[in-house]
Amino acid sequence: MASVVDQAPPRASLIYDPRVRGFFFQGVLVLLIGWMAYEAVTNAVENLRAARIASGFGFLGQPAGFDINQTFIEYSAAASTYGDALVVGLLNTLLVAAIGIVLATIIGFAAGIARLSKNWILAKVASAYVEIIRNLPLLLQLLFWYNAVLSTLPSARDAIELAPGFYLSVRGLSLPAAVFDGRAILILIAFGVGIVVSLLVRRWAKARQAATGEQFPIGLTMLGLVVGLPVLAWLLLTLSGGTPVTFDVPQQGRFNLTGGSQLFPEFVALVLGLAIYTGAFIAEVVRAGILAVSRGQTEAASSLGLKPGQTMRFVIIPQAMRVIVPPLTSQYLNLTKNSSLAVAIGYPDLVQVFMGTVLNQTGQAVEVVAITMAVYLIISLVTSFFMNMYNRRIALVER
Amino acid sequence: MKKALTTIAFGLAAGVAFTGVAAAQETLQQIRDRGQLICGSNTGLSGFGVPDAQGNWTGFDVEYCRALAVAIFDDPNAVSFIPLSAKDRFTALQAGEVDVLFRNSTSTMSRDTSLGLDFPAINYYDGQGFMVNASLGVTSALELDGASVCVQQGTTTELNLADFFRRNNMDYEPVTFAQSVEAVEAYLSGRCDAFTTDASGLASERLRAPTPGDHVILPEIISKEPLGPVVRHGDNNWADIVRWLHYAMLEAEEYGVTSANAQELRDTSEAPGIRRLLGVEGNFGEMIGLDNNWSFNVISKIGNYGEVFDRNIGEGSPVGLSRGLNALYTDGGLQYGHPIR
Repeated sequence: MASVVDQAPPRASLIYDPRVRGFFFQGVLVLLIGWMAYEAVTNAVENLRAARIASGFGFLGQPAGFDINQTFIEYSAAASTYGDALVVGLLNTLLVAAIGIVLATIIGFAAGIARLSKNWILAKVASAYVEIIRNLPLLLQLLFWYNAVLSTLPSARDAIELAPGFYLSVRGLSLPAAVFDGRAILILIAFGVGIVVSLLVRRWAKARQAATGEQFPIGLTMLGLVVGLPVLAWLLLTLSGGTPVTFDVPQQGRFNLTGGSQLFPEFVALVLGLAIYTGAFIAEVVRAGILAVSRGQTEAASSLGLKPGQTMRFVIIPQAMRVIVPPLTSQYLNLTKNSSLAVAIGYPDLVQVFMGTVLNQTGQAVEVVAITMAVYLIISLVTSFFMNMYNRRIALVER
Repeated sequence: MKKALTTIAFGLAAGVAFTGVAAAQETLQQIRDRGQLICGSNTGLSGFGVPDAQGNWTGFDVEYCRALAVAIFDDPNAVSFIPLSAKDRFTALQAGEVDVLFRNSTSTMSRDTSLGLDFPAINYYDGQGFMVNASLGVTSALELDGASVCVQQGTTTELNLADFFRRNNMDYEPVTFAQSVEAVEAYLSGRCDAFTTDASGLASERLRAPTPGDHVILPEIISKEPLGPVVRHGDNNWADIVRWLHYAMLEAEEYGVTSANAQELRDTSEAPGIRRLLGVEGNFGEMIGLDNNWSFNVISKIGNYGEVFDRNIGEGSPVGLSRGLNALYTDGGLQYGHPIR
């Protein structure tokens, strides 16, 4: 190789060397981008100063002075800062995204598989769901759920009692809240032990099946351990003379149902809207993934004596996952980002709280928008990091 | 190639740099060059700023925009309206999208100082109140312990609400919406027990209800809300124009100059105050960069403060507000036109 270069013809001018030219233009591009960024920043700073608009991130430590209805950390208008409001909004966004992703995945897989079903009605219902939902704007669907469906529920004073302690009204769902006393930690420990033990059992059962072919009822055992152990702990604690868990049941107050915990209609509308909308896209991703697995695989599985359900679970889905996961990741990211439409139905998510109220009260648009963008970027990058990790694990290992 | 690159780079530099230059240019000159005023208005508040069925903007604040257009161009139609939500209004003004905001904005110290804004005048003294469904049987805001309250986001209202409940040691559940109309819809659907905004806003939003009589406005006024036009900080001449427009309309009411008799008084009046107001004496228009007939044009084409008030939000209008704090100081109110001399 080296000798070929040595015998190269007389050296041409550097201008005609593609490598030099490549470096030159890349260098120019980098300089240009850097210079533009510098100009934009200094210009913005200069303009803000000229217009006497406050800048900097000091506002995050100032008292907020407004209230938010759904908070997962201690938050009050009196004692909390704009920084706390950011955290409240972020947690609300993460909650909607997490629950939405789980629900959308369940709906999507069910609909995607149903669309390929031999059962005519099931397949058509799934097709109709996908075609209707994914062709309507999401904002419209959110407004539909919030304004057309949930706001037709009865007023808080005529709340429907679904079960003792469970009330459904236009203010959302009020349900009993569990109040734990100090010893309840034992129940939590029992739950943790249940999970660890069942994971160990699963490993053992898999190894045994691989070695001997004998099967073990893993699912039932795991369920028994994870649910049974905490229940057992609770029983023992109760029998030993105490009430580790009491329930705070909602009461009819003058205006609202007070006490208990509450699922706000804004939250329900947002989760439903996002899950149903994204589920339709996931259904198509799943269908494409399944169709990508060659028919021979199904036939081979059948000839080995696997039932249709087993064929799906052990042969088709694992292979389809390789096709499904990358676009599925995009759908998860879309769902998370779309949760910012919460602003239209009054759910206090990151955009509503931070880009809405905080931006307006402080007027520091540049900082607030920058923080919000950074937060969404981080959420999305973390999501794709984990999904990529999962993707690598299930990817076909080739030589 | 290199030449092309230089050209592109230069263009970019110019683009970035010019945003700075444009912002510093005088607002009045920009408006003249453009040929029309751009006014930030309400997205739809009956009586204050709302487009009618034909798409023409009407209302108290809208007429102030038209008056400003008359002062500059002698043409009430040389203005375009950009509806802005409470949340977007100041950003739009700071960014130079609108020349002036006339949309029920409360003057506060933090807005005046850290937002880079100025409040040249107060054209409506207001205070925040509550509206509840009459069937609840609530007669005082102090009975609202435990209530859900619908409120528009990004307003002083949101903060006053928190203050009020904190001060009285009561609990509540705030439900905040970006747009006023969404908050009102949620209130009407029963999502909230009460809706809160400035008292003038309550009177006008109540008109949205299928039967306005089903909703009562509670007597408590829980805050001070001096509402007025807003301009960017730093262009003092432009702030002067907006301020003196308001004072001229007040002086006109005080002196009894109306759209009907302005021409006649201009020709016949011997009163020095009226002669100065109508541009017969002095060069008050020139002092702020306008024609000396500016206030005469405003009064004859739009009217004085009282006329604009009565026509849009006064007791004869559907909104039906009394003058209250907004009566002239001579009638015991707070509206006090500074002397034009």
